[in-house]
Amino acid sequence: MDVVNQMQRQFVDYSTSLHREGILDDQFTQLQKLQDENSPDFVVEVASLFFEDCEKLINNMARALEQQGVDFKQVDASVHQLKGSSSSIGAVQVKNVCIAFRSFCEAQNREGCLRCLQQVTHEYSLLKNKLQTLFRLEQQILAAGGSIPVIE
Amino acid sequence: MECNCIEPQWPPDDLLMKYQYISDFFIALAYFSIPLELIYFVKKSSVFPYRWVLVQFGAFIVLCGATHLINLWTFTPHTRTVASVMTIAKVLTALVSCVTALMLVHIIPDLLSVKTRELFLKNKAAELDREMGLIRTQEETGRHVRMLTHEIRSTLDRHTILRTTLIELGRTLSLEECALWMPTRTGLELQLSYTLRQQNPVGYTVPIHHPVINQVFSTNHAVKISPNCPVARLRPAGKYLPGEVVAVRVPLLHLSNFHINDWPELSTKRYALMVLMLPSDSARQWHVHELELVEAVTDQVAVALSHAAILEESMRARNLLMEQNVALDLARREAETAIRARNDFLAVMNHEMRTPMHAIITLSSLLQETELTPEQRLMVETILKSSNLLATLINDVLDLSRLEDGSLQLDLGTFNIYTVFREVLKLIKPIASVKKLHVSLSLAPDLPEYAVGDEKRLMQTILNVVGNAVKFSKEGSITITAFVAKPETLRDSRAPEFLPVPSDNHFYLRVQVKDSGCGVSPQDIPNLFTKFAQNQSTATRNSGGSGLGLAISKRFVNLMEGHIWIESEGLGKGCTAIFIVKLGIPERVNEYKLPYMPKMPTNHGHTAFPGLKVLVMDENGVSRTVTKELLMHLGCDVTTVGSSDECLQLVSHEHKVVFMDINVPGTDSHRITSRIHEKFAKRNERPLIVTLIGNTDKLTKENCMRIGMDGLIVKPVSLDKMKSVLSDLLEHRVLFEGI
Repeated sequence: MDVVNQMQRQFVDYSTSLHREGILDDQFTQLQKLQDENSPDFVVEVASLFFEDCEKLINNMARALEQQGVDFKQVDASVHQLKGSSSSIGAVQVKNVCIAFRSFCEAQNREGCLRCLQQVTHEYSLLKNKLQTLFRLEQQILAAGGSIPVIE
Repeated sequence: MECNCIEPQWPPDDLLMKYQYISDFFIALAYFSIPLELIYFVKKSSVFPYRWVLVQFGAFIVLCGATHLINLWTFTPHTRTVASVMTIAKVLTALVSCVTALMLVHIIPDLLSVKTRELFLKNKAAELDREMGLIRTQEETGRHVRMLTHEIRSTLDRHTILRTTLIELGRTLSLEECALWMPTRTGLELQLSYTLRQQNPVGYTVPIHHPVINQVFSTNHAVKISPNCPVARLRPAGKYLPGEVVAVRVPLLHLSNFHINDWPELSTKRYALMVLMLPSDSARQWHVHELELVEAVTDQVAVALSHAAILEESMRARNLLMEQNVALDLARREAETAIRARNDFLAVMNHEMRTPMHAIITLSSLLQETELTPEQRLMVETILKSSNLLATLINDVLDLSRLEDGSLQLDLGTFNIYTVFREVLKLIKPIASVKKLHVSLSLAPDLPEYAVGDEKRLMQTILNVVGNAVKFSKEGSITITAFVAKPETLRDSRAPEFLPVPSDNHFYLRVQVKDSGCGVSPQDIPNLFTKFAQNQSTATRNSGGSGLGLAISKRFVNLMEGHIWIESEGLGKGCTAIFIVKLGIPERVNEYKLPYMPKMPTNHGHTAFPGLKVLVMDENGVSRTVTKELLMHLGCDVTTVGSSDECLQLVSHEHKVVFMDINVPGTDSHRITSRIHEKFAKRNERPLIVTLIGNTDKLTKENCMRIGMDGLIVKPVSLDKMKSVLSDLLEHRVLFEGI
């Protein structure tokens, strides 16, 4: 039982740190609240969806920005999608970058867009790592027979 | 002429003088040596009481000796000194002799008495020796007996006891042969069971009614018997005379011989015979103490044997009990298994039987609602009636089984008594009117309106009793009365063991159902409540029913701590069924005046909007998943679409709400909204259209209202927010969040 308590404390600490660093916001907590015995892997599923989406969109954006004649509308659409997804999952950093990205798209600033794309990629990788660590912690707790603590 | 020649000492003429001279010499010698001997021997011995006498005696003898010695000189002419010495000696001797003589008068009786005492003491010593010998022998015997007893009693095994007895006796008494003859089962013969020398004696038998044996059995002493007696012929005849043989009876005590208050009665008929033979070529004889030893040992053996017998008995009883225990345990487990199997069977049958029944009844009643021709209607009604009967039967059987093994418990609740009776009346009136029976109900005015009890089962009981009354009456009337039973009326002569005690929160309801039907003959009354037993008169054979009704009712009534019975004056005179049940008085009645309808819980997320069909349209996969989960969490039935075309395809009047997650408002949302409006002309058939939007401003809101949306929600949407939004939306049919 001590091991489980320790792991649970670790989980709570990690979660709180993610929130404090501004990587995740309240929306993520809402998602965690939606997870119950009817849909036990909801958060992981949504996260996987998000990662897939992200990668696809980032690739699209990268390809679009590589072109000679950049189709800013397309990039904007992708960014908009990304913004929507990230806000649904609560990835606030990504969302913020997307907001900036959109303004660059409107301004048709290629350099700015590329910079933002880089930033987005960076933020996304960071988020992915952090989330994967969090999910690993969850798995460990569940494997040891404990339950995931709810963070208010 | 005188001659001066020396005359010979001894005158040659007197030989006699010569002999006297020699004799005197020897006398003197003896007289001198006797005291010396005396002194010598007395000194040697330590016990000689009269030393003073010895001195005297010594003096006397010495002087006598001296006298005789001096006499020697008187044979020849002697001088005057010699004569005077002689005289002195003689005088002294005479003195001492007289004194001694006088002393002896005192001393000799003493000495004689000493002698007598010595003799007496010697006799005494001999006697004591004899007694000592006797005591030693007795003590020896006692020691042997104790040792033997210890050996014998140290085991509770019958065979060991007997073998040890023989061995120890043989050793103690140095017997040649020792044998034990036990009576056979028939009691007519004695069988050689144990011997000392032979390991496994062959079964010699001797008839028990031999005179010698009878003689031995008649006394509890050891009896010397002849070596030629059949019981004593154990050893092959030797060259010498066989040793003496003694036989003693060994009582075989049974348990019943031991009375608590009496000594054990030795009137038992069963004895064994113990035969002891002394070695054949010794001249030994049986001594008394040996016989006593044998008798004592025999008694001990009898006791030890009885102890062994008791132990055997108790072991046997214990083994028997253990076997019975095991058998009972097995039987119990089998019974439990059987009950479990039956319960499982019933549970399964319960479900299996009820499901189709339910289907039949439901569908039949639904069918009744449709348009039917009269014949069809009749058929459907028959089907319904039959299936209802069957359902009742199934319920009855299942209920009874549950009642039987005590697993049925009453569902207590507060209910209206008047309602129950009115329901019963409603149910029974149709059948009664068909049979042209008049049913009347009279409820006492002091009957409380509400009571606490099992409403369903009470109704079942009343219905059963009234139903029976209707069933068994061809004409006439049925009267149902119900009132509160008073303590005086509670005591019924037919049920002396039923002594109800009314208390403050309970009352006894008494219901009487009187009919004018065929009645019951008095000898059938006890069988009425037996299950499956029916009165086989012609009137009842067509009435159907399984005969379980009254049995079940009785069980219910018993569960309600009451009593049910039937009174009838005989066949054709109708009968009255009466039952009394214990009901509780509810505390606060007014709470239950209205049927209790629980309000829908609003804070339980899972069932907030159970089954509410909604359609979610969202192009973004992630947010679509999130919104879907949110709504599912609230209990909605969610369909998701990823494009507006799909949305328009799938939307139907079943969907109550359509959620649109529009990234850019104004384009597709306009189209979808207008199309939905077109599709569903009537306002109450159209689903509510709600859009989820990331940010909003007044313009957006106005736009949304303009294009015909019913609601707008700003993202992010939390669970609580969605819940309150939905409830507002469904209540007001419009929702526009304030900015």
